[in-house]
Amino acid sequence: MSEPLVRLENVRFAYGERAILRDISLSIPRGKVVAIMGGSGCGKTTLLRLIGGQEKARSGRVLVDGQDVARLGRDDLYAMRRRMGMLFQFGALFTDMSVFDNVAFPLREHTELSPELINDLVLMKLHAVGLRGAAKLMPAELSGGMARRVALARTIALDPMLLMYDEPFTGLDPISLGVIGQLIRRLNDALGASSVIVTHDIQESLQIVDYIYFISEGRVVAEGTPDDIRNTSDPFVHQFVHAEADGPVPFHYPAGDYATALTGGAA
Amino acid sequence: MLGVLRKLGALAINGVWRLGFITRFFWMVLLYSGQSFTRLHLTIRELYFSGVMSLLIILVSGLFVGLVLGLQGYETLQRYGASDSLGTLVALSLVRELGPVVAGLLFASRAGSAVTAEIGLMKVTEQLKAMDMMAVSPIARVVAPRFWGGVISMPLLAALFSAMGVFGGWLIGVVAIGVDDGAFWAQMQAAVDFRYDVINGVIKSCVFGVAVALIAVFEGYDCVPTAEGVSRAITRTVVSSALAILALDFVMTSFMFRG
Ligand SMILES: Nc1ncnc2c1ncn2[C@@H]1O[C@H](COP(=O)(O)OP(=O)(O)OP(=O)(O)O)[C@@H](O)[C@H]1O
Ligand SMILES: [Mg+2]
Repeated sequence: MSEPLVRLENVRFAYGERAILRDISLSIPRGKVVAIMGGSGCGKTTLLRLIGGQEKARSGRVLVDGQDVARLGRDDLYAMRRRMGMLFQFGALFTDMSVFDNVAFPLREHTELSPELINDLVLMKLHAVGLRGAAKLMPAELSGGMARRVALARTIALDPMLLMYDEPFTGLDPISLGVIGQLIRRLNDALGASSVIVTHDIQESLQIVDYIYFISEGRVVAEGTPDDIRNTSDPFVHQFVHAEADGPVPFHYPAGDYATALTGGAA
Repeated sequence: MLGVLRKLGALAINGVWRLGFITRFFWMVLLYSGQSFTRLHLTIRELYFSGVMSLLIILVSGLFVGLVLGLQGYETLQRYGASDSLGTLVALSLVRELGPVVAGLLFASRAGSAVTAEIGLMKVTEQLKAMDMMAVSPIARVVAPRFWGGVISMPLLAALFSAMGVFGGWLIGVVAIGVDDGAFWAQMQAAVDFRYDVINGVIKSCVFGVAVALIAVFEGYDCVPTAEGVSRAITRTVVSSALAILALDFVMTSFMFRG
């Protein structure tokens, strides 16, 4: 096997004093689709930011294509980001541009393609997410799920080598969900890219991904192929797959004693 | 007592920090300004939003300020039998002071606040982060064009404000009250020096333009990315711009017009 496209080695990260990632090591092999799962607030979005170089690890290394992201200068970092696509959790569409211009944005910024070619490419990307008819709308006129799909089209506009999807399935109806899941898989294989999906949707992920990491309290607590995951006896994974409230995954954000808080003590 | 001292100290340190930040930010904006000129349409769009959209309020305010100047000026001048100098009074007040200062204040509240709000909301909705992730610098693509849009509009707006003001003074003085038309213009022409008065006024308005535009883009870019953070940033833009304009005006006036 060749060197994986992305490798995290003993990454530790904190916002201020609050440790989010304590010791994460994982890798995303070339050509594969990897899912990262974990409870809400466990640091999945943060993990993608680290890979994209928007945050820097306190210790440990984040290697993308053999380069330590945290050590890249601005120009090198931008050169690398041109080959990455990131779907933001909340879409982050440019609200002052139409759907068409949003998808055309990376093409116009980074290529010298003719307007005709850009037009064709944009319509192709929009067609892939089923929104070719919405090209003229403004982001404010879209529903949440539609906005997410437009953002997806924008993410894939430059055919990147590394695709990062932050919750691509939230807010989608079951039909779009299946279609988008298949699209992510097909894109990955057609482009020869590698993909990371951050998601809660375990059933959908089990169908399309090659490998899954579970994160809890800043560490990788379980990992495996979809088959491993389905057959595991690991209590953590079991709780996640079967959506049980009780188990090793904490539902509550760390807090003081509930009874004390209710009876007037400081929370 | 100690608490008050501590608070004052914290305020001072905070102020110096922010001054440092804004200076570094200014440098970054200049560094990334290339794109604002190679891709002129971005800057032209901002010129439209900041400049053209502020035209109405600038023209109307200029007219009213001119009308008031005409009334008050005439009232005072005629006591000394110098009502023929009304044109001089109106033009000098406007060109040297009121044009740049009042237009600057209006510009800060009309265009500066809008720029802060727009950039702040782009930050809240992660648009700036997304752009950065797409390897497009938000400073080059979003901030610099808005900065230059403001810098270019401001002197033009101040000039229009002054012109409207002179027109307002003339309306009141000559048309309504009956000051001699020829004297009004002739005295003005003789008394207003191009180098000394007009150029200095233009310099002032350029400096105010840089100050307001910089404060507006900085507050937007630097805001806490929440609804409350944006609203605070907008307030800060208007307040800081007003203070900056008035303070800079004093400093520049003391250098320019020492008689
Ligand atoms: N800019 C920030 N400053 C300080 N703390 C932050 C910041 N962003 C996130 N956090 C904290 O870091 C933790 C991890 O956040 P992150 O967004 O990575 O979670 P997540 O796993 O993506 O959650 P979700 O599934 O709900 O999107 C959260 O507990 C949050 O409180
Ligand atoms: Mg998240």
